[in-house]
Amino acid sequence: MRFKKPSNTLEGQSKSDKKPAEERAGEGDYYPCPGCKKNIAKSELRENLNVCPLCSYHLKLSARRRIAIISDPGSFSETDRELTSDNILQFPEYDEKLERARLESSENEAVITGFCEIGGVRCAIFAMEPRFMMGSMGRVVGEKITRLFEAATDARLPVVGFTVSGGARMQEGILSLMQMAKTSGAVGRHSEAGNLFLCVLTDPTTGGVTASFAMQGDIIIAEPGALICFTGPRVIEQTIRKKLPEGFQRAEFQLERGFLDDIVDRRGQRDYIIKILRMHTRGGVAV
Amino acid sequence: MISYEKVAAARGRGRPTSLDFINSIFADFTELHGDRRFADDRAVVAGLAWLENTCVTVIGIEKGKDIKERALRNFGMAHPEGYRKALRQMKLAEKFGRPVVCFVDTSGAYCGIGAEERGQGQAIAENLVEMMSLKTPVISVLVGEGGSGGALALAVANEVWMLEDSVYSVISPEGCASILWKDSSRVQEACECLKLTADHLLALGVIEKIIPEDARLFDNLKCELAAAIARYSGRTGEEIAQERYLRFRRIGDLSD
Repeated sequence: MRFKKPSNTLEGQSKSDKKPAEERAGEGDYYPCPGCKKNIAKSELRENLNVCPLCSYHLKLSARRRIAIISDPGSFSETDRELTSDNILQFPEYDEKLERARLESSENEAVITGFCEIGGVRCAIFAMEPRFMMGSMGRVVGEKITRLFEAATDARLPVVGFTVSGGARMQEGILSLMQMAKTSGAVGRHSEAGNLFLCVLTDPTTGGVTASFAMQGDIIIAEPGALICFTGPRVIEQTIRKKLPEGFQRAEFQLERGFLDDIVDRRGQRDYIIKILRMHTRGGVAV
Repeated sequence: MISYEKVAAARGRGRPTSLDFINSIFADFTELHGDRRFADDRAVVAGLAWLENTCVTVIGIEKGKDIKERALRNFGMAHPEGYRKALRQMKLAEKFGRPVVCFVDTSGAYCGIGAEERGQGQAIAENLVEMMSLKTPVISVLVGEGGSGGALALAVANEVWMLEDSVYSVISPEGCASILWKDSSRVQEACECLKLTADHLLALGVIEKIIPEDARLFDNLKCELAAAIARYSGRTGEEIAQERYLRFRRIGDLSD
């Protein structure tokens, strides 16, 4: 299977790929793959976990579908679903943006947290939601992640997490920045207590999420082609006034630089995660 | 002063930089270089010094004064090796039971090819985790600009103080205006919206103290630092780390 590296335009991509293709109702039966530009039947895309069957381009996937794909059927129980953001700084247009994000994503916030079993191994799990303000982290996202890690520490459970994020949510100002420290504290305590954190970075994982829990996993894997960075390519290009090389900051680049343990195709992720989880059962005894 | 004027003041060239604070407040500052992995990032200065009778680890992000020094310091924008150098010194501080004092003055972590290649995000993420569990007291003072993750990477502290005219923000007002409104002329508005001034941040519970910028600035800050550090004597490393964890756990609490 050959993977074609996508070009480095975060903005261009998010426009065509904002809504998971499988969920774009009423726009015809076909969807043009952002990777190979060929029209793919939506039913086929859905069946293939939103991965292009022709070029293996990984399209965005909703947080709920991710959890459904990875966890054992019927095992997921959600936590803190009721937590919603308020406009604490009275930032202009934020209320409207939150409202729109809730409608577009059918979620209350940009992360879903809870507990599930994966291959019979009980874990805490979180998945970020690309359609909720591009998975940006404000107080609620930070709080839900923190509570999940604290609960997992108490229950001595591994955490499996899926990131997708434009970074800190600027409409919550400095309080968003503080979530980076808060979540890092909870991840650190979970780790010190000897628990596993397996983090899966998906396209794109950027800014304050990269600079906190996304890069704090014991094992960090990524989806093929995912943009993984602190500063996005557009800002770097504006700063240095140069065009960045093809594939810069993509998962393959990060693997080569030593920042990832591996790149795992979405269609093989459940098996991969089960394998890793079983290697981390207490005392390393196979179950 | 309105927020925009504060931002201009915080960036002002005539302002004392981190090294001014280090040299005026501490005695016998001995600089220690390098991250032991890649390079010595001159945007970050770190070393040992005396604060009255206590040996402390001092770390500062330094913008430099004249053009030549500013270029050498990369205008106070650290690369990953700057954050790794800081962390190395903080781990040594923990080992030898020294308090840590950080001076923060940066528009942000450097965004460039080398910085990204060497893991800017990973370096900051590691500092956040390690600083949170550091078993020795950490005091961070924002003396000019506190730009986003690049500032936070030296500000996961037991107490965070701001100089009267310093600012601390999740994003630069320019970046905010350009991303939100695609209009760089709305920078002043962004400054107000971001609530980045010391009085706002004190009200939000993000900082503990505002340091007045008067003629007694250095003396005053020296006394405050000595008093703060004295408060931690006799407390265990675990207690100090726990206090820091709870400090950040409480900020922006959702339950009220």
